Amino acid sequence: MSLIELHDIRKTYSLGEIDVPVLKGITLSIEKGEYVALMGASGSGKSTLMNILGCLDRPTSGDYLFDGREVGRLSGDERAKLRNKYIGFVFQSFNLLPRTSALENVCMPLYYTAGDISSREAAKRGRAMLERVGLADRMHHEPSQLSGGQQQRVAIARALVNRPPVLFADEPTGNLDSKTSVEVMKLFEELNQEGITIILVTHATEVADCAKRTIHIQDGLIVSGAFS
Amino acid sequence: MSLWRTMLVALVALKRNPTRALLTALGIVIGIAAVIAMMEIGNGSSRAIRTSIENMGANSILIMPGAPRHPGGVRQGSGSGVSLTPEDCEAIRQECPNVALAVPIVRASAVQAVVGNKNWNPQQCYGVGPDYLKIRNWDLAEGRNFTDREVESRARVCLVGKKIVNELFGGESPVDSEIRIKNVTFTVIGVLKEKGANMMGFDEDDVVLAPWTTVRLRITGLKTGTISNTTSTASTSPSSLYPATGVAFYPEQADNLATDTLLVPKFAQIDQIMLTATDPKNVNKAIAELTQVLRERHNLRPYQEDDFWVRNSAAFMETLSGTSRLMTNLLMVVALISLVVGGVGIMNIMLVSVTERTREIGLRMAVGARSRDILKQFLVESILLCLVGGIVGILLGRGAALLVKTHLKWPIEPSPEGMLTAVAVSAAVGIIFGFYPAWKASRLDPIEALRYE
Repeated sequence: MSLIELHDIRKTYSLGEIDVPVLKGITLSIEKGEYVALMGASGSGKSTLMNILGCLDRPTSGDYLFDGREVGRLSGDERAKLRNKYIGFVFQSFNLLPRTSALENVCMPLYYTAGDISSREAAKRGRAMLERVGLADRMHHEPSQLSGGQQQRVAIARALVNRPPVLFADEPTGNLDSKTSVEVMKLFEELNQEGITIILVTHATEVADCAKRTIHIQDGLIVSGAFS
Repeated sequence: MSLWRTMLVALVALKRNPTRALLTALGIVIGIAAVIAMMEIGNGSSRAIRTSIENMGANSILIMPGAPRHPGGVRQGSGSGVSLTPEDCEAIRQECPNVALAVPIVRASAVQAVVGNKNWNPQQCYGVGPDYLKIRNWDLAEGRNFTDREVESRARVCLVGKKIVNELFGGESPVDSEIRIKNVTFTVIGVLKEKGANMMGFDEDDVVLAPWTTVRLRITGLKTGTISNTTSTASTSPSSLYPATGVAFYPEQADNLATDTLLVPKFAQIDQIMLTATDPKNVNKAIAELTQVLRERHNLRPYQEDDFWVRNSAAFMETLSGTSRLMTNLLMVVALISLVVGGVGIMNIMLVSVTERTREIGLRMAVGARSRDILKQFLVESILLCLVGGIVGILLGRGAALLVKTHLKWPIEPSPEGMLTAVAVSAAVGIIFGFYPAWKASRLDPIEALRYE
């Protein structure tokens, strides 16, 4: 069974009287351990799809099975739990907490994990993760004292701290220069080799080329790459 | 997320903006400080009033003779009658369970005291029983009180106040010295502790106290008032004045009428009875009891009004402490208003904070925070602000009260309940004014929040 299975997913935003369909029937599947790039022009619906895939949003209709679970039927709290346990997010604008040390930033998702992890255990995991992304010597730096690449690596460490099987990255290199972009992409590749499923949203071909499979979206429909 | 972790997270969040946190808490600090200072000063002043009234004899009751009623209908002023007897006093003491002590009082007015070549007119010269000092809460500075036996034997002993010592003895110890009051020589056996002026500006130390029997018989003499229920006396009947005439101006009084007529001359009238209730709370009960006893003893019919009247300081005390309570309450209201203003400040800043941290909220939700986690976090933040503000406010309020005490010499009284209430109130302010912003934060849509610029 696939890790992610979408069947005829539709999403319609209603702006007052007018209904704006953004996703018009998406069917795709992603296996465990894949490295997928989601490509499309802006306005094509890739961000909406990404939100639905990341369980941040619910589709208007259609079935979404995540690891065998019907996401459409989960309550807000259940989806929050699922995000916490199974999904890591990396954003274009890093979204780190300001004036908070890198270590604290990385540990933050652990505090929302059910069954409360002790502070010491959380710090241990956070440290291990920061070492993993190569920031062992920057643990107590605040985001403002870190470069863009370092900030994004902190964000990746935060996404991975709860050992989720899936990592969503929304334009992870959008705010980075080409050199640090390469570093971050290399990190993704390594993580994928360790068995983490990576789903990358981008509109840059060179980034998408790093992925093993590319799904093209246009006007709310998949153009190519729906199945591996 | 556990409460402890939530608190740590809230602390970290507050630490990110210390100046703002400080200024926000300042509203609460000022509010709570005002409440605490008002409470301490208010409690202190009502306590001061209470003690000063207690020193005057808090639960003391004074019985005075009422207006005498003459058969002819002439009514004289209150207090000029002689309806009270030492037996009344004794009866009250024994028959009223709520009366602790009772002493007869005989007042000698316009007496002159002489020591050597010095003269002085004491404002008060009272004949009392030994319990008088207990009733008035009055201690002796030196010497001893007089005894029941000295009362019985009409001993010529007296206690004098500080003023008398200064005026007649040049400030030296008068114990065992002699003093002449209305040409009766008394031995001073004790000196009363200084009391100062009472609340009416009356010098309490200008006083001579002696056994009431001595004062009655040796100084004031008997009063010639009319005994209330005497209608006529045999000695003034016309037939005894003019025995020779043999003419009966009035019909002869029948024998049974004569025995019905009270002729007992009240040699031992007293001017007042002062007594204390067993407890200030029981003053009204004691008054009811003694009224009952006196009416019975004075043979008053239900339609007749009392031939005595009763005065107590409860009403006076109520007025004074009521005034101070009113002032305290007024100031408290002002302090509470400032607390509410502080609360509005908290709400304002929390709303700003929620808007400012929209992305953080979105992020927290994305990594798995449920809406109730977000609600809890912001609520705890505002409660923490208020609690810290409350504690600082308590310290500041205490400090202000102490400052008032040392510099203005106002009495203060620390109130632990007040502090507990202040903590509870500040936490409540945190919850009330923090709830709306926290609720707003928890309602955010994570996608929108993450995209918020």
